[in-house]
Amino acid sequence: MFDFGVWTSAINDFLVGLFHNPQYDWLVTLIECVIIGVLVLLTYTVLALFYILYERKLCAWFQCRLGPMRVGKWGLLQVFADMFKILIKELISLKNTDKFLFKLAPYIVITSSVTMLACLPWGRGLQIINFNIGIFFVLAVSSVGVLGILLAGWASNNKYTLIGAMRSGAQMISYEISLGLAILTIVLLAGTMNINELVLAQEDGWFIFKGHIPAIIAFLIYVVAATAETNRGPFDLPEAEHELTAGYHTEYSGIHFGFFYLAEYLNLFIVSGIASLMFLGGWMPLHIAGWEQFNAVMDYIPSIVWFVLKAFFISYIIIWFKWTFPRVRIDQMLAFEWKYLMPLSLVNIVVMAVLVAYNWHF
Amino acid sequence: MRDIKTIISKVCPSATFEEGDTLLVTVPEKEWHKFAENLKNNPELGFDVLSAVVGVDWKDSIGVIYYLTSTTHAWDMISVKVVAEDRENPMIHTVSDLWKVANFQEREVYDFYGIKFINHPDMRRFFLRNDWVGHPLRKDYDANPDLNPIRMTDEINEDDTVSYVENEKGEVKAVPGKVFGEDDYVVNIGPQHPSTHGVMRFRASIDGEMVKKVDVVSGYIHRGIEKLCEGLMYPQTLHYTDRMDYMSAHQNRHCLCMCIEKALGLEVPERALYIRTIMDELMRISSHLLSFGCTAMDLGATTAFFYGFRERERVLDIFEKTCGARMSLNYNVIGGVMADIHPDFVKDVHAFLDIMPASLKEYHKVFSGNVIAQNRLKKVGYLSKEDAINYCITGPSGRGSNWSNDCRKKHPYALYDQVEFNEVLEDGCDSFSRYMVRMREIEESCKIIAQLIDKIPEGDIRNPKTPKLIKLPAGRWYQQVEASRGTFGVYIESDGGKNPYRMHFQSPCFNLVGVMDLCCRGYMIADLITIGAALDFVIPDIDR
Amino acid sequence: MGVNIKSMKREDFKDNEYIDKLVEELNATGANVAVGKLDELINWGRANSLWPLCFGTSCCAIEFMCLGAARYDMARFGFEVARNSPRQADYIMVQGTIVHRMAPALRRLYEQLAEPKYVIACGACAVSGGPFVKSYCVVNGVDRILPVDVYIPGCPPRPEAMFYGLMQLQRKIKVQKFFGGANRKEKIQDFFAEHPEEKGKL
Repeated sequence: MFDFGVWTSAINDFLVGLFHNPQYDWLVTLIECVIIGVLVLLTYTVLALFYILYERKLCAWFQCRLGPMRVGKWGLLQVFADMFKILIKELISLKNTDKFLFKLAPYIVITSSVTMLACLPWGRGLQIINFNIGIFFVLAVSSVGVLGILLAGWASNNKYTLIGAMRSGAQMISYEISLGLAILTIVLLAGTMNINELVLAQEDGWFIFKGHIPAIIAFLIYVVAATAETNRGPFDLPEAEHELTAGYHTEYSGIHFGFFYLAEYLNLFIVSGIASLMFLGGWMPLHIAGWEQFNAVMDYIPSIVWFVLKAFFISYIIIWFKWTFPRVRIDQMLAFEWKYLMPLSLVNIVVMAVLVAYNWHF
Repeated sequence: MRDIKTIISKVCPSATFEEGDTLLVTVPEKEWHKFAENLKNNPELGFDVLSAVVGVDWKDSIGVIYYLTSTTHAWDMISVKVVAEDRENPMIHTVSDLWKVANFQEREVYDFYGIKFINHPDMRRFFLRNDWVGHPLRKDYDANPDLNPIRMTDEINEDDTVSYVENEKGEVKAVPGKVFGEDDYVVNIGPQHPSTHGVMRFRASIDGEMVKKVDVVSGYIHRGIEKLCEGLMYPQTLHYTDRMDYMSAHQNRHCLCMCIEKALGLEVPERALYIRTIMDELMRISSHLLSFGCTAMDLGATTAFFYGFRERERVLDIFEKTCGARMSLNYNVIGGVMADIHPDFVKDVHAFLDIMPASLKEYHKVFSGNVIAQNRLKKVGYLSKEDAINYCITGPSGRGSNWSNDCRKKHPYALYDQVEFNEVLEDGCDSFSRYMVRMREIEESCKIIAQLIDKIPEGDIRNPKTPKLIKLPAGRWYQQVEASRGTFGVYIESDGGKNPYRMHFQSPCFNLVGVMDLCCRGYMIADLITIGAALDFVIPDIDR
Repeated sequence: MGVNIKSMKREDFKDNEYIDKLVEELNATGANVAVGKLDELINWGRANSLWPLCFGTSCCAIEFMCLGAARYDMARFGFEVARNSPRQADYIMVQGTIVHRMAPALRRLYEQLAEPKYVIACGACAVSGGPFVKSYCVVNGVDRILPVDVYIPGCPPRPEAMFYGLMQLQRKIKVQKFFGGANRKEKIQDFFAEHPEEKGKL
């Protein structure tokens, strides 16, 4: 399988060679950082735009409609039109709001999701940060996002946004536990928190197959908790269009609203990406033991394609949820987490520990 | 009827009687409240349903006519006329302590006529702005637009209310009050809100997510239809009915036509009756489909909404071919219907009836059977049968509380006495029951249509003897039909001219919104939306 | 100038003279090529991404729901992102009668919309008061309180008519200028000329 590390080290060697002097190493690092930053932001935008179209098309098909059709071929340019429009929309500044926090909130949300994106392994050798507590770091950063939502709701000085923000706070904090426990189950199985090693450990079989029933249960818990983490239906209470008009971002206009909008979709990709790397082998191709030729064909597909397709597949499931299920009520949602999901994850983690201790897994 | 007269004379000797469309009992204002207590609580009378409250200005006097029916006795509907003693500062005792439905009804009368109701807890205007000058339905109302220009300022002091309390000596004093306390956290829902189904405004005081009290602020689409009708000839008034509850356009118009036909003594040809009945039921299906969709949408299940609308479009196609419009249909006319049915009508209706059972199954699979939907709807918005009767919650919402109130069964009109159908009742008394009544009513409506569609007789579609210029004899008439959302009533008072002297529409949604406060207390703010969706009110029908 | 709407011919629209006049004015004032192209791009984006504010008072709102439903599907045009918060919407489609009590609320909603914002008067009531024109508390046409861009007659207008109106709005947007004085300024001036008392309030 092609290793993207070849390219990255070639670029590094080229830059080092350009200056011929170890004292310019900082410059090399700086240039590399800029390149990576630009790449991440570009990927971020393109992915978010793709996801907006993806969801709009999918939901249209669920609902016997066509979806965007008339802007560009099959409506492909629709999201670009939306982007141009939202960029030039007026940013309304409001009286009686905490102006600093009000403006800060969308940036916190978007920063947190960009940072998470940067942690994902895209393919063999295609990863920006690789350190020993990678998955832990991702979880920590994802909690920062909720701060932005809370700030947005609080600083808007509006009752709807405040209710939305409070719901969001309660929801995120609750479901983060299940999310963390589901991930911890897999960490137990893999014995590492390093994202790269997590993926490499799945070379001979994805964790969802390797880990018996506990891994499958952990996967289901993860998908439910991730849906709640991204504020998507049936857990879209912080927005709850039909109760709170637009929830925590009711008062935001223009690109500030655009940030929330983009972050919502990108978070969908990120949680799907984490699911794929934790359970479905990340960028590892699908191998079936014994089918050598099939496996060889699978190996030809680049690792980045594997990763992205798996993420899209899980996003598809989450989008499917959203457009099928009604919204749950706040007390039902919290009861579901604290009474069912969390005890289940705790039991699950114990079962997994036993499995690992006796080496009963594949 | 002799029987009831003797009982009433015994209870209230000063009552006078007048025969007519319904028995009219006139009682002096002083004795009204005692008489009303008797009407409701006397086991011999048992008039526990207050169907309509109609304020009328007779130029020399001003007063209110109450229409009452009974669920326990087989009495015909009776009407009670109460005249205020002073025309310039009219006051009548409230009956909102006996029939809760009178609470909003009397506020409406106060708004239109300035009649102050003594002991009414909350005497604010209902439809018009607090700073409105005059009471528009009084015959001496000054319609000068300079008095009431379009005010672009926000209304103030919405929390202040007033109550006219009578002490032991019989003196009436204005006692100011507050709708919400100082430390209530009041959330304003509406007028522009996606789930109020129009421009309704609820002010809800909440404790955390729990609703403590709901104050209904109506009138954001009050168009003054009743006043407009007084300036129009009878055939011209018809088109307003389509625009009140636009989801019951056929039934509403049917009701007004029937009321006028009753006053004229005009027969409707058999063919027109068939067409009217089928159209009414098609309208009911289309309305319930919309209601299904909106309930699903309010709960967040967007896809179910689209499924409901998919089938609704097919009903609209049938309407369009025959009536020429999709929504404001303008089809019924006095003495029959406007135009003959389209040649494809029977075929289209059959095609629709064929797909409907499968679609209903799909709805149940997609939405009603969903565990989240059931959890959201069940045990939410409890409304007991007693409350439903007291608040006069008719239609599917009342039948969801196990109150059998179907006008089609109780007082069959058109062809409803010739068809077999069941009155759908559910005893859950919650939002889910109301929702299920609607879904099951779609089946019943299909059944009714299936029985009629192949038997439409040949003949006139409009009575050829219908007079060109329609003048009603002097008198008053009240007619009810079963509209999509409950019992729709029309009150006409005529002075013999070509315009109605007073025309009142008793809309079912008006009562539905009156029960919001009772239903929502103690539930969450998300349930407020659910309850509203399951009660399924149409705002222009409330505000008229 | 880009006043073409996909798969619609010029003859399909009725009041072309109005658009022609706007184009002429635009050409007369002139702009350099780069700015002109950028304007075109932005206008393309704006015209194709019209997010409505959910605002319906009566019958027309139900037809608007039909517009969103499967048969008419306004998502094809990219109009489906109906926002419930006025801050995020692009235009307000006044569907239904506006009465005296609603008028200040409607004006407030208009003020809450973020620029650039447009108003469509949809249905007879919003255009002129419709069947309720003689009523004591109906605003006879929303153009008394808001500057209206497009009028869609009908009671209620069919969904096709709403599409036509929305396309007219798209055409109008496409002849605006983002850089250096937009045409909508002139619209506001017209509004003030007719309603001098509103000056300073909007």
